[in-house]
Amino acid sequence: MRDTWIRIGKKCIRFLLLLFCTSIAAFALMKCSPVDPLQANVGQTALGSMSAEQIEKLETYWGTNASPVQQYLAWITDFLKGDMGTSLLYRQPVSQVIAVRLANSLPLLLFAWALSGLLGVMLGAVAGMRRGKWCDRLIRGYSLLISDTPAFWVAMLLLIVFGVWLGWFPIGMSVPIGVAASEVSLAERISHFVLPALTLSLTGTANITLHTREKMIEVMDSDYMLFARAGGERGFRLFWRHGLRNILLPAITLQAASIGELIGGSVLVEQVFSYPGLGQAAVQAGLGSDMPLLMAVTLICAALAAAGNLTADILYGLVDPRIRKGGAQR
Amino acid sequence: MQSEKILELKELHISFTQYTRGLQRRTIENVCGLSFSTYAGEVTALVGASGSGKSLLAHAVMGLLPYNASMDGEIFYRGRLLEKEQIEQLRGSEILLVPQGASYLDPLMKSGAQILKGSRDPQKKAKLKEIFQRYHLKEDAAALYPFELSGGMSRRVLIAAATIEEPKLMIADEPTPGLEKKTAKMVMGHFRELAEMGSSVLVITHDLELAVETADRILVMHEGRVAEEAFPADFQAEETLRHPYTKALWRAMPSHWSVSARGANDEER
Repeated sequence: MRDTWIRIGKKCIRFLLLLFCTSIAAFALMKCSPVDPLQANVGQTALGSMSAEQIEKLETYWGTNASPVQQYLAWITDFLKGDMGTSLLYRQPVSQVIAVRLANSLPLLLFAWALSGLLGVMLGAVAGMRRGKWCDRLIRGYSLLISDTPAFWVAMLLLIVFGVWLGWFPIGMSVPIGVAASEVSLAERISHFVLPALTLSLTGTANITLHTREKMIEVMDSDYMLFARAGGERGFRLFWRHGLRNILLPAITLQAASIGELIGGSVLVEQVFSYPGLGQAAVQAGLGSDMPLLMAVTLICAALAAAGNLTADILYGLVDPRIRKGGAQR
Repeated sequence: MQSEKILELKELHISFTQYTRGLQRRTIENVCGLSFSTYAGEVTALVGASGSGKSLLAHAVMGLLPYNASMDGEIFYRGRLLEKEQIEQLRGSEILLVPQGASYLDPLMKSGAQILKGSRDPQKKAKLKEIFQRYHLKEDAAALYPFELSGGMSRRVLIAAATIEEPKLMIADEPTPGLEKKTAKMVMGHFRELAEMGSSVLVITHDLELAVETADRILVMHEGRVAEEAFPADFQAEETLRHPYTKALWRAMPSHWSVSARGANDEER
């Protein structure tokens, strides 16, 4: 038990280091960006009409004329104190912007994550068990097609079919336009939620399906599967008793590691559906050179992705007795 | 008096298709024209070198050949042709396999659960206890995962899994390597008990000496077919054996080393 805590402690330290490195990398990349924060946020014309003194005043106010190292140090001391700064684009504290965005994005990410995981494991298992049969070919063909299709394109396709032609779902945003926030019903929120969530789920499914299928084939060819079948087990029982527990471990790892990809996908999908989530905020912050906002979004995404990996590590031990007991013995 | 014929193989061929270079396919025939029978109340030993297709034969009878293998010929079980549907019904209840080693146990499931195959029948659970005692397995071994079992223990677990049913036909695929002589004999003793209860036991092995000591009938497999069918008594002297391969095997037995010094190589072919 003590070993387990040490292991988890080490992972947490690594987690913090990772976030630190990510923040430096993101900051450095932003500094290399050709977008000038002043020009992007004040506007070309406004900037052109300002006197040099005014510009300098503004630069000092925003801190853009300080050296990059100073800027970074200033940012990180504030960040560690819990102050994420003020967004240049929204003129609001970053923490507020993030809270609103996250509230929109989290359900989307969670739903897509869970659905793609469930669907992927199921489809992959079926395909692997029925290797070479028509359902395997169908599932594999579908997965290959989807995994080669960019998320934004799937988003646009769904938008055209279900939003424009069929008109079943709204074409964008998270709430209807022109309605007060307090009057938006849950049903309306859900109808805005469906298409982006579906897109993310669909694109996320392919990867896990293909990997699970591969693993399932390996399991089906294994000695222990042969022995179980020789003992008269078959069909769903065989899957439930021996198949599932053996494919679950790689599936969990893969699915937890896919959070990063999912977030990446959500950036594109939110953009297509004008869904006011974290991903869209990232795009706006990047294009608008909104350093505080972008840093916060980057760190939150990195934290989510790393938390996924951390969860995988911990779950691993729960599912696999070789790790659970092996760790305890040593 | 001849007892009931349990398993009969007629002209069994098993071949593999492999892709060698790119799309070039190659077919390898491991078992070519194998025919033999096993009888109720008897322990039959199938002896052959490793890689001679013995395990493949066991899997073929169980209807569990791998994806890329194909089979030709006929398998009869108690006088009836054993088709795919029948073997699916029979395996696990009447026909059982004792596989080679620990890799045949599901690494993520406790050994007791694997033996019981998910059955909640209290009778079976009682029988499990009895079997564990018989094979000198501690009762708490049922709660262990395969990685916690020693090689000998996992082998006994595999045998226990097969004997918890009352098989008519038991195919044991190399059940003894890695076991001490004493334990190996004990394992063979359990097969003998099964045979005496009326089952037919087919033991696949490369240990001719053990086969001669414990089996009723010995089949020598060579180049994918049965080269010779003999009784333990035939192995008393080289002269009673007919096939040159069997004679070579005979001379290779440690107890015959004094006689075998010369000529082993010229007669092998």
